[in-house]
Amino acid sequence: MTPAVSGATGEPVLRVVTPQARRTARGARPMVKIIQYVMHDVVRGHWLLAYGAFFLLVTEALLRFGGGGTRALLSLANVTLLVTPLVGIAFGTMYLYNAREFIELLLAQPVRRRQLFGGLYLGLALPLAVVFVVGAGVPLLLHGVAEPGDRAALAALLVAGVGLTLVFVALAFLIAVRNEDRIRGLGIAIAVWLVTAVLYDGAVLLVATTFAEYPLERALLALMLLNPVDLARVALLLQLDVGALMGYTGAVFQRFFGTAAGMGLAAMALALWIAVPVLLGQRLFCRKDF
Amino acid sequence: MIDIHGLRKRFGPLQVLDGLDLHIRPGRITAIVGPNASGKTTLIKSILGLATPDAGEIRMAGVPVTGDDRYRARIGYMPQIARFPSNLTAAEVLRMLVDLRGPADGSMDEELADLFEITPQLHKPLGVLSGGTRQKVNAMCAFLFRPDLLILDEPTAGLDPVASGILKDKVLRECADGRTFILTSHIVSELEELADDVAFLLEGRVRFSGPVAALKRATGHEQLERAIARVMLRGMPLEAVAS
Repeated sequence: MTPAVSGATGEPVLRVVTPQARRTARGARPMVKIIQYVMHDVVRGHWLLAYGAFFLLVTEALLRFGGGGTRALLSLANVTLLVTPLVGIAFGTMYLYNAREFIELLLAQPVRRRQLFGGLYLGLALPLAVVFVVGAGVPLLLHGVAEPGDRAALAALLVAGVGLTLVFVALAFLIAVRNEDRIRGLGIAIAVWLVTAVLYDGAVLLVATTFAEYPLERALLALMLLNPVDLARVALLLQLDVGALMGYTGAVFQRFFGTAAGMGLAAMALALWIAVPVLLGQRLFCRKDF
Repeated sequence: MIDIHGLRKRFGPLQVLDGLDLHIRPGRITAIVGPNASGKTTLIKSILGLATPDAGEIRMAGVPVTGDDRYRARIGYMPQIARFPSNLTAAEVLRMLVDLRGPADGSMDEELADLFEITPQLHKPLGVLSGGTRQKVNAMCAFLFRPDLLILDEPTAGLDPVASGILKDKVLRECADGRTFILTSHIVSELEELADDVAFLLEGRVRFSGPVAALKRATGHEQLERAIARVMLRGMPLEAVAS
């Protein structure tokens, strides 16, 4: 049996736990540590790679076969508005359910729950966001985005994708913390995605056409602020200058706002859509019985 | 070491803990026994702060445990099921724990890695390790920081007899070193081997707590298994007899 302690100085020698760990241990914020290790775990999972490859392939294909720069961006925007929420909410709920025992292990350590929640959230959401940016961004950069207008649109696209990822991972965590039963939780997650990403815009269009004779602009604006996917759609439309192509809600928003003011409001609302579920989820997480 | 007074916890319609009082004596191994659904797990989780009691108080070394996470720096916990992030290696999980808790004043206790002979496995992803090996890593995590109090939930479940013996010897050694243990187990021979004190839970209350010898004396049975069965069947409150 080898003693774990060696050396005349009494300095602990860690064979399993490398010296590197000791260097970083003192004063390091626990949340940053948790983010690091969760990221480690997430990055090594194959599905993250698959997600990145998906965006790489789709973007490449759209650029090659989808016509000019702006049209390719438009198609990519539609894909992004559907896929980033789905991946964020599905992987978010599954990850939290699968991490249950790991969370219990960490909760038995002197760690604040608040920090653990933040660490889990950022540890999952950040790699997802980065993979999206790389997957969608690299082909676009390689093919060269010609016009300055397209460059702004590209930036808006990436921001919208990252924003939606942050929103839907937050919603996923909220759902997973609230629902003990994972089948139920996953069902709710898919339903939330279906409503926000698919059904909502159609419903708004229905309302708009049904009550076409009434001045509905303000009501429609309110409706858009209530759905993060529509919000991101508006942000993209204001940049792509193709409001009429993507549903009535976008057209209204474009007419109502000048781009600067509209973008500002959309960004603020999106930030709220991230902050509110994160804070609610954290609150529940702090009170939950494990 | 741990003083629990009037602990209550309800899950929906189920009153899991119903005014539980318990005193865990320092430097001893206390076994928590009782039938299924008697509140053993909830009691442990309450001590660890994983579950928040509806009423009552838990003190560790005289200090209430609510609202502060620092007391957990003195506790090592070995949960019943060992599941870790499958893409991390055991070495990474251990390193993360070191990162989170900081090096204790002494050194890390990595003795179990040698005794279990799992050092080579520590660098493989946890997802590919067998359940038994994960359980060994789990045990290592509990002892790593030389905590004052160790809480072991069915520690030998899933271990082969050799590993189980190694772990039990380790527990006895560390207890002789002054550490306090709280233990749950369904294996009575294990309790017989390890436990100094027994706390018998029934329907969310402690029906008996005291030294093993006192339980045997009170029930008139020399074997712990029979003594426990007797309390289980009759459900008699034995505190008076024991003291």
